[in-house]
Amino acid sequence: MRSIAVIGASLAGYSAAQQLRAQGFGGRLVLVGDEVHPPYDRPPLSKDFLLGKVDADALALGEKSDLDDLEAQWLVGDPAVRLSRTDGAVELLSGERVGVDGVVIATGATPRRLPGTEGIAGIHTLRTLDDAARLREQLTSASRVVVIGAGFIGAEVASSCSYLGADVTVVEAAELPLVHALGRSMAAACAELHGDHGVRTRFGVGVAGILSAAGQVTGVRLASGEELPADVVVVGIGVRPNTGWLADSGLTIEDGVRCDAGGITDLPNIAAVGDVAQVHRPHLGYATRTEHWAAATAQPRAAVRNLLAGTTVEHHDDTPYFWSDQYGSRIQFAGSVTPGAQARVVEGDVEDRSFLTHYEHEGRLVAVLAFNQPKAFGRARRQIAKPGLVAA
Amino acid sequence: MVAVCRVEELPPGESTRVWADVAVAVFNADGEFYAVDDTCTHQDASLSEGFLEGCFVECPLHAAFFDLRTGMPTCLPAKRPVRTHPVTIEDGVIHVHVTANTSQQSENAQEQEAVA
Repeated sequence: MRSIAVIGASLAGYSAAQQLRAQGFGGRLVLVGDEVHPPYDRPPLSKDFLLGKVDADALALGEKSDLDDLEAQWLVGDPAVRLSRTDGAVELLSGERVGVDGVVIATGATPRRLPGTEGIAGIHTLRTLDDAARLREQLTSASRVVVIGAGFIGAEVASSCSYLGADVTVVEAAELPLVHALGRSMAAACAELHGDHGVRTRFGVGVAGILSAAGQVTGVRLASGEELPADVVVVGIGVRPNTGWLADSGLTIEDGVRCDAGGITDLPNIAAVGDVAQVHRPHLGYATRTEHWAAATAQPRAAVRNLLAGTTVEHHDDTPYFWSDQYGSRIQFAGSVTPGAQARVVEGDVEDRSFLTHYEHEGRLVAVLAFNQPKAFGRARRQIAKPGLVAA
Repeated sequence: MVAVCRVEELPPGESTRVWADVAVAVFNADGEFYAVDDTCTHQDASLSEGFLEGCFVECPLHAAFFDLRTGMPTCLPAKRPVRTHPVTIEDGVIHVHVTANTSQQSENAQEQEAVA
């Protein structure tokens, strides 16, 4: 393989480019990114960046010398719009065509928006540096903020807004946020953090509409009829994978780009990594996307190896891991809460917001969750039963 | 030079944190003692809370490993090495000799401490 294009220049794409060079690929390397910024780290956007504790420069994933070391051609601010089925070339919005032998798809995902809210000022999603800069600019201590969606992004934004002195309400359609990911008792422990810190919650109620005047949001109307006044609305209701540009590629697109257990698509010269990749999980018997930071750094290692080998020789190590910092607590989770798994606090106390929980299923440790217990978590994470690590 | 603790108070596989102008993480890696700046060069995470594997410590947040002998990170996201500091044992007490704060790296570490 003499030329490879990595489409997407965020964490997964940048990691893939690094892996290509680290694994000895000496050919032409092209990085295509839809954002103009050099690769940057997204997790701080909802936390320290929103709080003004760090600036954009501090988020860079690599220093200039690291980027130079890749000896890559950078095509940024110019999203890919088509992958041609006939010749495998990648077309960019500008009209430029990138002809290569291999492709790594790392185009990530885009936040879902509330339908019918386009053009109303004050309604935000949070994914990119520009999103975060816009939100930060609008937040003042007097802001009335409504966060729609109480997943981790929503909770972190609510935490940051409340820290800045804003008046914050979190709205969530589910009766208990994160109950599927964490189970009932642990989801409740997370949900209680809002109230601990003076943030109001409205769980189990949908959003009926957005209120606005002169093109500026003024509030959120709930399905219950309640109206919450708001100057700022942040929508955190999940993401959809960026696969529109692949409509003509001939690749199987479901919820993301279908890949085998080693990140290779229907074609041996095309890999997919990060949020956009729907990876087959042999131990589960189906394919899933993993929207975690750790997956975006880990998947490129095997995917690049398989791409360069021309066949899948290695599977992903697919024990999920993620963390969230909110309301001064560091929450860490690893594994998968299988149906029927039982949560058991094994260290510390939920009341103290400092504890380690094991999830056990049929005598096996399948997941661990920690609040403010990084050391215990680091040990426990290694004890999780490893179903997915299989040599192909 | 800063006294950390007695040797028997830091058994193999354990780590602790001391304040010596900056926060310093001290490790007992299978009988060898090492000290490095406590704050991960990437982001706000305390290396003394990281998992120790041989003479490598894992950042508790991002799972980047640092070589305690050199301070060098082994993978993304850490971009820069952490500073290493000599360790001596005197009368059964572990001491850390913190390197002078002259490099830009140490300034960064101080800034991060100030933020934390």
